[in-house]
Amino acid sequence: MSEDKHPSWQRLLLLIPVLLAFGLGLFLYQGLGKDPNKLESSLLGQQVPDFIGESLAEPVRAISRADILGTPSLLNVWATWCPTCKAEHAYLNELVAREGVRIIGVNYHDQRGPAQEWLVRLGNPYAFSIYDPKGQLGIELGVIGAPETYLVDADGTIVDKLTGELNERTWAQLKPQYEALMARQSQ
Amino acid sequence: MCKWLCPLWLTLLISLSTPSVAAIETYQFASPQLADRFNALTEELRCPKCQNQNLADSDSIISKDLRRQVKLMVDAGQSDDQIRAFMVQRYGDFILYDPPFKTQTLVLWLAPVVLVIIGVMVVIFMRRGKVTASVALNDQERAKLDALIKQQKENSE
Repeated sequence: MSEDKHPSWQRLLLLIPVLLAFGLGLFLYQGLGKDPNKLESSLLGQQVPDFIGESLAEPVRAISRADILGTPSLLNVWATWCPTCKAEHAYLNELVAREGVRIIGVNYHDQRGPAQEWLVRLGNPYAFSIYDPKGQLGIELGVIGAPETYLVDADGTIVDKLTGELNERTWAQLKPQYEALMARQSQ
Repeated sequence: MCKWLCPLWLTLLISLSTPSVAAIETYQFASPQLADRFNALTEELRCPKCQNQNLADSDSIISKDLRRQVKLMVDAGQSDDQIRAFMVQRYGDFILYDPPFKTQTLVLWLAPVVLVIIGVMVVIFMRRGKVTASVALNDQERAKLDALIKQQKENSE
Protein backbone atom coordinates (compact mmCIF):
# COMPACT_ATOMS: atom_id res chain seq x y z
CA MET A 1 0.00 0.00 0.00
CA SER A 2 2.92 2.33 0.52
CA GLU A 3 3.70 1.95 -3.19
CA ASP A 4 0.39 3.64 -3.95
CA LYS A 5 1.20 6.63 -1.77
CA HIS A 6 4.73 7.16 -3.05
CA PRO A 7 5.22 6.55 -6.75
CA SER A 8 8.80 5.81 -7.71
CA TRP A 9 9.51 9.35 -9.03
CA GLN A 10 8.55 10.74 -5.64
CA ARG A 11 10.90 8.37 -3.92
CA LEU A 12 13.68 9.68 -6.15
CA LEU A 13 12.94 13.15 -4.78
CA LEU A 14 14.02 11.86 -1.40
CA LEU A 15 17.51 11.48 -2.83
CA ILE A 16 17.77 15.24 -3.49
CA PRO A 17 18.90 16.18 0.04
CA VAL A 18 21.49 13.40 -0.06
CA LEU A 19 22.81 14.65 -3.39
CA LEU A 20 22.84 18.24 -2.14
CA ALA A 21 24.73 17.29 1.00
CA PHE A 22 27.18 15.31 -1.11
CA GLY A 23 27.69 18.23 -3.50
CA LEU A 24 28.19 20.67 -0.65
CA GLY A 25 30.63 18.26 0.94
CA LEU A 26 32.65 18.06 -2.29
CA PHE A 27 32.63 21.84 -2.69
CA LEU A 28 33.85 22.40 0.86
CA TYR A 29 36.36 19.57 0.62
CA GLN A 30 38.20 21.08 -2.32
CA GLY A 31 38.50 24.31 -0.32
CA LEU A 32 40.16 22.52 2.60
CA GLY A 33 43.65 22.35 1.14
CA LYS A 34 43.67 25.98 0.07
CA ASP A 35 46.00 28.38 1.82
CA PRO A 36 43.96 31.43 2.80
CA ASN A 37 47.12 33.52 2.60
CA LYS A 38 47.70 32.66 -1.01
CA LEU A 39 46.11 35.32 -3.14
CA GLU A 40 45.67 35.37 -6.85
CA SER A 41 47.92 38.05 -8.20
CA SER A 42 46.60 39.42 -11.42
CA LEU A 43 50.13 40.51 -12.30
CA LEU A 44 51.03 36.93 -13.24
CA GLY A 45 51.76 36.83 -16.94
CA GLN A 46 52.21 40.59 -17.04
CA GLN A 47 55.24 42.80 -17.20
CA VAL A 48 57.06 43.97 -14.10
CA PRO A 49 55.80 47.57 -13.83
CA ASP A 50 58.17 50.45 -14.49
CA PHE A 51 59.98 51.59 -11.40
CA ILE A 52 62.98 53.59 -10.31
CA GLY A 53 64.66 52.56 -7.09
CA GLU A 54 68.03 52.82 -5.55
CA SER A 55 70.70 50.25 -4.93
CA LEU A 56 71.03 48.95 -1.39
CA ALA A 57 74.79 48.85 -1.65
CA GLU A 58 75.31 52.22 -3.37
CA PRO A 59 72.76 54.91 -2.44
CA VAL A 60 73.66 57.01 -5.47
CA ARG A 61 73.07 54.28 -8.02
CA ALA A 62 69.57 54.28 -9.49
CA ILE A 63 68.03 50.96 -10.46
CA SER A 64 65.21 50.71 -12.95
CA ARG A 65 63.21 47.98 -14.61
CA ALA A 66 65.85 47.66 -17.36
CA ASP A 67 68.39 46.40 -14.80
CA ILE A 68 66.45 43.25 -14.05
CA LEU A 69 66.01 42.22 -17.71
CA GLY A 70 68.31 40.10 -19.86
CA THR A 71 68.18 36.76 -18.13
CA PRO A 72 65.50 34.83 -16.20
CA SER A 73 65.77 35.87 -12.58
CA LEU A 74 64.23 35.51 -9.18
CA LEU A 75 63.05 38.66 -7.48
CA ASN A 76 63.27 37.97 -3.76
CA VAL A 77 61.56 40.28 -1.27
CA TRP A 78 63.43 40.27 2.03
CA ALA A 79 63.97 42.25 5.22
CA THR A 80 66.06 41.92 8.35
CA TRP A 81 62.92 42.00 10.54
CA CYS A 82 61.49 38.95 8.83
CA PRO A 83 62.32 35.60 10.49
CA THR A 84 61.32 33.52 7.48
CA CYS A 85 63.76 35.52 5.36
CA LYS A 86 66.51 34.47 7.71
CA ALA A 87 65.34 30.88 7.48
CA GLU A 88 65.50 30.85 3.69
CA HIS A 89 68.71 32.85 3.36
CA ALA A 90 71.07 29.88 3.44
CA TYR A 91 69.01 28.20 0.74
CA LEU A 92 69.29 31.29 -1.48
CA ASN A 93 73.07 31.18 -1.10
CA GLU A 94 73.00 27.50 -1.99
CA LEU A 95 70.80 28.09 -5.03
CA VAL A 96 73.22 30.65 -6.41
CA ALA A 97 76.27 28.48 -5.75
CA ARG A 98 74.72 25.24 -6.99
CA GLU A 99 72.57 26.30 -9.92
CA GLY A 100 73.84 29.75 -10.77
CA VAL A 101 70.38 31.30 -10.43
CA ARG A 102 70.36 35.07 -10.69
CA ILE A 103 68.56 36.43 -7.65
CA ILE A 104 67.72 40.10 -7.30
CA GLY A 105 66.85 41.32 -3.83
CA VAL A 106 64.09 43.73 -2.92
CA ASN A 107 65.00 45.02 0.52
CA TYR A 108 61.50 45.72 1.81
CA HIS A 109 60.68 48.21 4.60
CA ASP A 110 64.13 47.97 6.07
CA GLN A 111 67.05 50.14 7.11
CA ARG A 112 70.16 50.35 4.99
CA GLY A 113 72.71 49.82 7.77
CA PRO A 114 71.32 46.64 9.33
CA ALA A 115 70.45 45.28 5.87
CA GLN A 116 74.01 45.65 4.58
CA GLU A 117 75.35 44.18 7.81
CA TRP A 118 73.04 41.18 7.43
CA LEU A 119 74.40 40.46 3.95
CA VAL A 120 77.95 40.62 5.25
CA ARG A 121 77.12 38.30 8.11
CA LEU A 122 74.94 35.73 6.29
CA GLY A 123 76.41 35.98 2.81
CA ASN A 124 75.03 37.84 -0.18
CA PRO A 125 73.14 35.72 -2.70
CA TYR A 126 71.87 38.74 -4.61
CA ALA A 127 73.22 40.05 -7.91
CA PHE A 128 72.08 43.34 -6.38
CA SER A 129 69.42 44.50 -3.97
CA ILE A 130 66.95 47.28 -4.54
CA TYR A 131 66.42 49.44 -1.47
CA ASP A 132 62.68 49.87 -0.92
CA PRO A 133 62.27 51.38 2.56
CA LYS A 134 58.74 52.68 1.92
CA GLY A 135 57.43 49.66 0.08
CA GLN A 136 56.73 51.64 -3.09
CA LEU A 137 58.21 48.99 -5.37
CA GLY A 138 56.40 46.47 -3.18
CA ILE A 139 53.07 48.06 -4.10
CA GLU A 140 53.96 48.05 -7.80
CA LEU A 141 54.71 44.34 -7.59
CA GLY A 142 51.71 43.49 -5.40
CA VAL A 143 53.89 42.40 -2.49
CA ILE A 144 51.87 41.49 0.60
CA GLY A 145 54.69 40.69 2.99
CA ALA A 146 58.17 39.23 3.16
CA PRO A 147 59.43 36.85 1.98
CA GLU A 148 58.01 36.63 -1.50
CA THR A 149 59.76 35.40 -4.60
CA TYR A 150 58.87 36.24 -8.18
CA LEU A 151 60.08 34.32 -11.19
CA VAL A 152 60.65 36.85 -13.96
CA ASP A 153 61.68 35.97 -17.51
CA ALA A 154 64.37 37.73 -19.55
CA ASP A 155 61.81 40.19 -20.95
CA GLY A 156 60.50 41.17 -17.54
CA THR A 157 57.29 39.13 -17.54
CA ILE A 158 56.22 37.80 -14.15
CA VAL A 159 55.90 34.04 -14.68
CA ASP A 160 55.17 32.82 -11.17
CA LYS A 161 55.07 34.00 -7.61
CA LEU A 162 55.83 32.26 -4.36
CA THR A 163 54.56 33.55 -1.03
CA GLY A 164 56.60 32.39 1.93
CA GLU A 165 59.82 30.51 2.35
CA LEU A 166 61.93 29.42 -0.60
CA ASN A 167 63.32 25.98 0.19
CA GLU A 168 63.91 22.60 -1.42
CA ARG A 169 60.18 21.88 -1.60
CA THR A 170 58.97 25.24 -2.90
CA TRP A 171 61.87 25.57 -5.34
CA ALA A 172 60.71 22.28 -6.84
CA GLN A 173 57.50 24.12 -7.83
CA LEU A 174 59.36 26.96 -9.54
CA LYS A 175 62.29 25.01 -10.96
CA PRO A 176 60.62 23.43 -14.04
CA GLN A 177 59.45 26.85 -15.20
CA TYR A 178 62.84 28.38 -14.47
CA GLU A 179 64.61 25.66 -16.45
CA ALA A 180 62.20 26.06 -19.35
CA LEU A 181 62.99 29.79 -19.42
CA MET A 182 66.72 29.08 -19.29
CA ALA A 183 66.42 26.56 -22.12
CA ARG A 184 64.59 29.12 -24.23
CA GLN A 185 67.23 31.69 -23.33
CA SER A 186 70.14 29.58 -24.55
CA GLN A 187 68.55 28.84 -27.90
CA MET B 1 37.30 61.90 49.29
CA CYS B 2 39.53 59.56 47.31
CA LYS B 3 36.79 56.97 47.52
CA TRP B 4 34.83 58.99 44.98
CA LEU B 5 37.48 60.90 43.13
CA CYS B 6 40.12 58.22 42.59
CA PRO B 7 37.98 55.90 40.44
CA LEU B 8 36.83 58.93 38.51
CA TRP B 9 40.38 60.01 37.79
CA LEU B 10 41.34 56.47 36.90
CA THR B 11 38.52 56.16 34.41
CA LEU B 12 39.45 59.46 32.84
CA LEU B 13 43.12 58.48 32.57
CA ILE B 14 42.34 55.11 31.05
CA SER B 15 39.99 56.59 28.50
CA LEU B 16 42.64 59.12 27.52
CA SER B 17 45.45 56.60 27.22
CA THR B 18 43.52 54.10 25.06
CA PRO B 19 44.61 54.77 21.49
CA SER B 20 41.87 55.05 18.91
CA VAL B 21 41.78 52.12 16.55
CA ALA B 22 41.54 53.75 13.15
CA ALA B 23 43.49 56.98 12.80
CA ILE B 24 47.03 55.65 12.75
CA GLU B 25 48.43 58.41 10.62
CA THR B 26 46.67 61.65 9.85
CA TYR B 27 46.41 62.86 6.31
CA GLN B 28 45.56 66.37 5.22
CA PHE B 29 43.19 66.70 2.30
CA ALA B 30 42.58 69.65 0.02
CA SER B 31 38.82 69.25 0.38
CA PRO B 32 36.39 67.34 2.60
CA GLN B 33 35.16 65.49 -0.52
CA LEU B 34 38.62 63.98 -1.02
CA ALA B 35 38.76 62.99 2.64
CA ASP B 36 35.35 61.33 2.33
CA ARG B 37 36.45 59.37 -0.71
CA PHE B 38 39.65 58.32 1.06
CA ASN B 39 37.67 57.12 4.08
CA ALA B 40 35.13 55.27 1.96
CA LEU B 41 37.82 53.55 -0.13
CA THR B 42 39.98 52.47 2.79
CA GLU B 43 36.87 51.05 4.42
CA GLU B 44 35.73 49.03 1.43
CA LEU B 45 39.21 47.77 0.50
CA ARG B 46 40.42 44.76 2.40
CA CYS B 47 43.86 44.34 3.92
CA PRO B 48 45.62 41.68 1.81
CA LYS B 49 47.76 40.48 4.71
CA CYS B 50 45.03 40.08 7.29
CA GLN B 51 42.12 37.72 6.82
CA ASN B 52 39.32 40.00 7.88
CA GLN B 53 40.12 43.66 8.28
CA ASN B 54 39.81 46.60 5.96
CA LEU B 55 42.62 48.99 5.13
CA ALA B 56 41.27 51.63 7.50
CA ASP B 57 41.34 49.36 10.55
CA SER B 58 44.53 47.45 9.96
CA ASP B 59 47.85 48.26 11.54
CA SER B 60 49.92 46.07 9.21
CA ILE B 61 52.73 47.44 7.06
CA ILE B 62 50.96 46.65 3.83
CA SER B 63 47.77 48.43 4.91
CA LYS B 64 49.75 51.50 5.86
CA ASP B 65 51.43 51.47 2.45
CA LEU B 66 48.13 50.99 0.67
CA ARG B 67 46.49 53.82 2.62
CA ARG B 68 49.32 56.04 1.47
CA GLN B 69 48.77 54.78 -2.09
CA VAL B 70 45.03 55.52 -1.92
CA LYS B 71 45.82 58.98 -0.57
CA LEU B 72 48.27 59.64 -3.43
CA MET B 73 45.80 58.44 -6.04
CA VAL B 74 42.89 60.40 -4.58
CA ASP B 75 45.04 63.54 -4.55
CA ALA B 76 46.17 62.85 -8.11
CA GLY B 77 42.54 63.03 -9.22
CA GLN B 78 42.05 59.34 -10.00
CA SER B 79 38.50 58.03 -9.87
CA ASP B 80 37.32 55.42 -7.35
CA ASP B 81 37.10 52.87 -10.15
CA GLN B 82 40.67 53.56 -11.23
CA ILE B 83 41.89 53.08 -7.67
CA ARG B 84 39.92 49.84 -7.28
CA ALA B 85 41.29 48.57 -10.60
CA PHE B 86 44.84 49.38 -9.50
CA MET B 87 44.37 47.34 -6.32
CA VAL B 88 42.63 44.41 -8.00
CA GLN B 89 45.40 44.22 -10.62
CA ARG B 90 47.93 43.70 -7.83
CA TYR B 91 46.06 41.83 -5.13
CA GLY B 92 43.17 40.19 -6.99
CA ASP B 93 39.47 40.30 -6.11
CA PHE B 94 40.40 39.39 -2.53
CA ILE B 95 41.02 43.06 -1.84
CA LEU B 96 37.40 43.99 -2.56
CA TYR B 97 34.91 43.47 0.24
CA ASP B 98 32.24 43.78 -2.43
CA PRO B 99 33.38 41.26 -5.04
CA PRO B 100 32.20 41.65 -8.67
CA PHE B 101 29.72 39.22 -10.21
CA LYS B 102 31.65 36.88 -12.50
CA THR B 103 32.24 33.16 -13.07
CA GLN B 104 34.60 32.65 -10.13
CA THR B 105 32.25 34.43 -7.72
CA LEU B 106 29.07 32.86 -9.10
CA VAL B 107 28.70 30.50 -6.13
CA LEU B 108 29.22 33.35 -3.70
CA TRP B 109 26.41 35.42 -5.18
CA LEU B 110 23.93 32.70 -6.13
CA ALA B 111 24.29 30.26 -3.23
CA PRO B 112 22.01 32.24 -0.82
CA VAL B 113 19.24 32.53 -3.42
CA VAL B 114 19.49 28.84 -4.31
CA LEU B 115 19.44 27.85 -0.63
CA VAL B 116 16.32 29.92 0.01
CA ILE B 117 14.59 28.33 -3.00
CA ILE B 118 15.55 24.85 -1.78
CA GLY B 119 14.29 25.71 1.70
CA VAL B 120 10.92 26.87 0.36
CA MET B 121 10.64 23.74 -1.79
CA VAL B 122 11.39 21.50 1.16
CA VAL B 123 8.71 23.20 3.28
CA ILE B 124 6.13 22.91 0.50
CA PHE B 125 7.05 19.28 -0.12
CA MET B 126 6.81 18.35 3.55
CA ARG B 127 3.43 20.07 3.98
CA ARG B 128 2.01 18.30 0.98
CA GLY B 129 3.35 15.03 2.31
CA LYS B 130 1.53 15.51 5.62
CA VAL B 131 -1.82 16.33 4.04
CA THR B 132 -1.77 13.32 1.70
CA ALA B 133 -0.73 11.06 4.57
CA SER B 134 -3.76 11.96 6.68
CA VAL B 135 -6.13 11.67 3.77
CA ALA B 136 -4.66 8.46 2.50
CA LEU B 137 -6.25 6.12 5.09
CA ASN B 138 -9.08 4.22 3.51
CA ASP B 139 -12.01 2.73 5.41
CA GLN B 140 -10.39 -0.62 5.81
CA GLU B 141 -7.20 0.93 7.22
CA ARG B 142 -9.17 3.15 9.56
CA ALA B 143 -11.08 0.16 10.95
CA LYS B 144 -7.80 -1.66 11.49
CA LEU B 145 -6.30 1.35 13.24
CA ASP B 146 -9.34 1.72 15.51
CA ALA B 147 -9.09 -1.94 16.38
CA LEU B 148 -5.42 -1.55 17.27
CA ILE B 149 -6.10 1.48 19.46
CA LYS B 150 -8.91 -0.31 21.20
CA GLN B 151 -6.74 -3.34 21.81
CA GLN B 152 -3.96 -1.14 23.20
CA LYS B 153 -6.36 0.52 25.61
CA GLU B 154 -7.67 -2.81 26.85
CA ASN B 155 -4.16 -4.07 27.38
CA SER B 156 -3.17 -1.07 29.44
CA GLU B 157 -6.17 -1.27 31.70
